[in-house]
Amino acid sequence: MKITEAFERGEFVVTAEVGPPKGFHIEHVLEEAKTYLSGITAVNVTDNQSSVMRLGSLATCKALKDEGLTPIFQLTCRDRNRIALQSDLLSAAMFGIENLLLLTGDHTKLGDHKAAKPVFDLDSVSLIHTVKQLEAGVDLGGNDLVGEAPKFAKGAVVSPCSDSVDAQLAKMERKVAAGCDYFQTQAVFEPEKFIQFMEKAKQFGKPVQVGIIIPKSAGMAKFMNNNVAGIHVPDEMIEELKKDKEKTKAGITGVEIAARIIKECRPYCQGVHIMALGWESKVPELLKQAGI
Amino acid sequence: MLITQLKAKETIVSLAAGKKVFIINCQGCKEVHFPEAEVKELEKELADSGNVTGTITTDYICNPENMKLRLEKHKSEIEAADAVLVFSCGVGVQTVAGYLEDKKVYAACDTYPLPGFQGVTPLEYNCDQCGECYLNLTGGICPITACSKSLVNGQCGGSKNGKCEVDSEMECGWERIYRRLAQVGRLDALKCPTQVRNFATDDEVSK
Ligand code: SF4
Ligand code: SF4
Repeated sequence: MKITEAFERGEFVVTAEVGPPKGFHIEHVLEEAKTYLSGITAVNVTDNQSSVMRLGSLATCKALKDEGLTPIFQLTCRDRNRIALQSDLLSAAMFGIENLLLLTGDHTKLGDHKAAKPVFDLDSVSLIHTVKQLEAGVDLGGNDLVGEAPKFAKGAVVSPCSDSVDAQLAKMERKVAAGCDYFQTQAVFEPEKFIQFMEKAKQFGKPVQVGIIIPKSAGMAKFMNNNVAGIHVPDEMIEELKKDKEKTKAGITGVEIAARIIKECRPYCQGVHIMALGWESKVPELLKQAGI
Repeated sequence: MLITQLKAKETIVSLAAGKKVFIINCQGCKEVHFPEAEVKELEKELADSGNVTGTITTDYICNPENMKLRLEKHKSEIEAADAVLVFSCGVGVQTVAGYLEDKKVYAACDTYPLPGFQGVTPLEYNCDQCGECYLNLTGGICPITACSKSLVNGQCGGSKNGKCEVDSEMECGWERIYRRLAQVGRLDALKCPTQVRNFATDDEVSK
């Protein structure tokens, strides 16, 4: 199923993300996904996230699909040139994978193979353009595809709490012009900023899912503030995480905070995207508390 | 050695359309091959249309000191112009754009590499000789060398406090481009069609 169909039905669309392991046994990833994520609309699979080498996104998507889940294939421009990207897109179509999240990707310098060549032959915008072209039965080199053209729901990301939010909005507009169907955002901890962003972003007329990370500890929040672009956890939230260490450790405080953010943002957007970062088991409780 | 090639005539004419322009010609640097004859012809056409406030032909505008001296003498002509059209390699255009902060500065040429020795060491600005100069879409700041990923369609999600995700000492190139476009009232340049890079330019030049 295409995620765009759920938006069209007017559903508040819930997705969550899983990260493939550094190894080829994924039984427990599949088990967790089946147990905790089978009630939601679709599951993102990250593509060598943070430039750390892992099992492939496409293969993991296929395995999730075989388990009856709806995968979203994340595809970045960091590791493949336009030939490999298009080839993987056709492979996805062959597996019946219909949802994409198209990204530029983090730089190789951020990951665990710093000596690797960063490719960036295309970027998120030209990759969306490329998919659009494949959907019209023509590859980026202008050659006709044989047989049926693939059809995808084309997603992209945007960073609503970025300190360069205007540049982000300009980029978002280019993604829409290139053919993007829906957006997932970087994690939001400041609902006011998200709401302001949505005031401007709604003119593009594309569904937006607010990005949510369940904060695991005050340390994690501070780390994100110092190192992760587009994320700022306010001081009051850090205090809240510090207050009752046991409660925070058990994930109760994090889930409370995340549920509160979802509730505040919900009237302004079309869905939520949860990046559980290993806390997939907390997703059902989070959704319950958020009233979804 | 590098080669500069005039952009398509329609492109240059459309850049100058309806505007008063000041023209800067950079010639006489041994390392760069300039399309002198074509440039002269085109400039004559532009001048005949009556919208040229002034023209200078000089060498080494990539040297900021040299360029400032030359431009100072033409201050009023530059002030009277809506835009400055630069016929030079990518470094020259960036040097001018960096100096004339509040002016629209356009590149009239594309810069390609030629195998062999590249002589001039850029002082402040860099050109990677990408062969399809983007400076007109980016306010005269080179996206190929100022952005760690050489992105040509806008900022990635990695900029934090205005700095690049790769290097916290380096200002995000697209942050600079956005600011500059806002400053010269050219944010509409960001609404251009999707840019897809062409890495085959080597081939095309030698054809
Ligand atoms: S965009 Fe940059 S690399 Fe390309 S020709 Fe212009 S100055 Fe040179
Ligand atoms: S942070 Fe800015 S300079 Fe760095 S790769 Fe992203 S857009 Fe380019």
